[in-house]
Amino acid sequence: MAIIEIKNVKKQYQTGSDVVEALRGVDISIEAGEFITIMGQSGSGKSTLLSVLGGMNHPTSGEVEMAGVKLYQLPSEKLADFRAQHLGFVFQSFHLIPYLTALENVMLPLAIVKMATVAKRDAARQALERVGLGGKGDRLPNQLSGGEQERVAIARAIVNNPHILLADEPTGNLDSKTSEEVMALFRQLNDAGQTVVMVTHNPENGAYSDRTIHLKDGLISA
Amino acid sequence: MKLHTISINNLKRRKAKMAFLTIGLMVGIATIVTLVTLTSSMSTDIEQKMDEFGANILITPQSNGLAMNYGGISLGGVTFDQREIKEEDLAKIRTIKNHANISAISPKVIGGIKIGTHDVLLVGVDFKSELKMKQWWQIFGDAPKGENEVLVGSDASNVLDVSSGDTLEMKGETFKVAGVLDQTGSQDDALVFVALPKAQKLLGKEGKITMAEVAALCSGCPIGDMVTQIAEKLHDSKVSAIQQVVEGRLKALDQFKRFSYAIAGVVVFIGSLIVFVTMMGSVNERTTEIGVFRAIGFRKSHIMRIILLEAALVSLLAGVLGYAAGMGVAKVALPFMAESKDAALMWDTTVAFGSIGLAVLLGLLASLYPALHASKMDPTEALRAL
Repeated sequence: MAIIEIKNVKKQYQTGSDVVEALRGVDISIEAGEFITIMGQSGSGKSTLLSVLGGMNHPTSGEVEMAGVKLYQLPSEKLADFRAQHLGFVFQSFHLIPYLTALENVMLPLAIVKMATVAKRDAARQALERVGLGGKGDRLPNQLSGGEQERVAIARAIVNNPHILLADEPTGNLDSKTSEEVMALFRQLNDAGQTVVMVTHNPENGAYSDRTIHLKDGLISA
Repeated sequence: MKLHTISINNLKRRKAKMAFLTIGLMVGIATIVTLVTLTSSMSTDIEQKMDEFGANILITPQSNGLAMNYGGISLGGVTFDQREIKEEDLAKIRTIKNHANISAISPKVIGGIKIGTHDVLLVGVDFKSELKMKQWWQIFGDAPKGENEVLVGSDASNVLDVSSGDTLEMKGETFKVAGVLDQTGSQDDALVFVALPKAQKLLGKEGKITMAEVAALCSGCPIGDMVTQIAEKLHDSKVSAIQQVVEGRLKALDQFKRFSYAIAGVVVFIGSLIVFVTMMGSVNERTTEIGVFRAIGFRKSHIMRIILLEAALVSLLAGVLGYAAGMGVAKVALPFMAESKDAALMWDTTVAFGSIGLAVLLGLLASLYPALHASKMDPTEALRAL
């Protein structure tokens, strides 16, 4: 059963007097538990597609249905709630909050959830252990290596058990060895049943996924 | 992890900026507290002085006679053998609507008398109320206790060559000089004071008085209304308010108060601008962070709560510190600005809670737009990466 259905999604940006067509009619269907990589050159529209999938970027036209919900028919705040409950994000530059410890960063999505603090802490510790950082929860981001920061970002994305994990160039700022470790981690999460949609420009990362979607000039090319 | 954890940790991280923001608002609050406390302490001090300085309402007979001064105060048409007020009428003063404001009524009978070879102005007074009203009197000796004791002004004591413990004769009766007044610089220096009933008897004015002074407790009491009320009770008398120097000072203080509030308003406005600019800068610096919050599902209201909670915490601290600093400055400045060196500093809980409340209110108002701006940030724009 498809957990993500996007139909004829178009996205146009107005830059001055020019109109840029980032997506020109994209159809994708992703099954629950799939690991998808979206590849394409810079400017192909892959990051726009991910932001549309993430409920953060209204398409100009088309439909995005996720877990049975037509995403962009939701009011803005309900859309925020949907993101909190069903989606996990891993950003290219990690985007950890510098004044929060690793554990607090992982707990961040739970800050708006009605839940006992002890339970939040336990969930965050478990997420950190899943990414292999069980003993580094009290460190600040600047006390962690790039790979470790990426793992904290992944732990933050999975702490609320999201239906879908969205990752934007998660290995873009990592060396090859650390990149391999991080990709192995995504594979491991997917093996445990996590649906993963990842944008990447690195062809090697495609090997870890079930399927690769290639984007070119805002259209699926293969 | 709750929303306030984010606010508190961010404040801890941005110590320098938050200190700048706190100081900016604190200076504004401290200025208000200092000015409000100073003006309030100075007002109280001057009002106390007014009470101490005695009469602020004068009752004299209606008269077309020659003018005369008493203690630098115009007594209207009082002359030695002028019409007098009936002593029994004074009781009516206690029946006016604002009788609770009356501190003391001091009736006087005044007349010329011969002591030895000298013509002297004899004043019959009720010593209890007179001494209450004229607290600045310094007496060498004692205040008169009986009918045959007198109090002599300093000039009169020189002319009559008497001092405390001596005796003098008036109309064949011997009086003991209980005390001599220290120089007052007023007409009191030339007078001889004796108990009212005795003076009435000596001057042949039993049951009559020449004038009466009324001291009203002045902290906000309606002197003008009281004058009207007394005049309605005493038809044959002229009732007037004494324009004391201190009243002029109160007016000057009122002007100072208004000027102070204007200054405080400007300082508070600048403090609010500092809060606004700092919070706006902080929000702009945290664009990515706010984008992350929005991306992981924080509602606009959550973002606003984080920003406003930070503003409230900083403002609360600024309010408490501002109140403490303001009271400290007021304490140091009061002796230089008040009339008396021992003027008491007014510790007012309304000022305490008001200043802290004002700081929080200003902090929140000045942060409202930055918070709204933050909450409306587009997560995609904010993150740029996505």
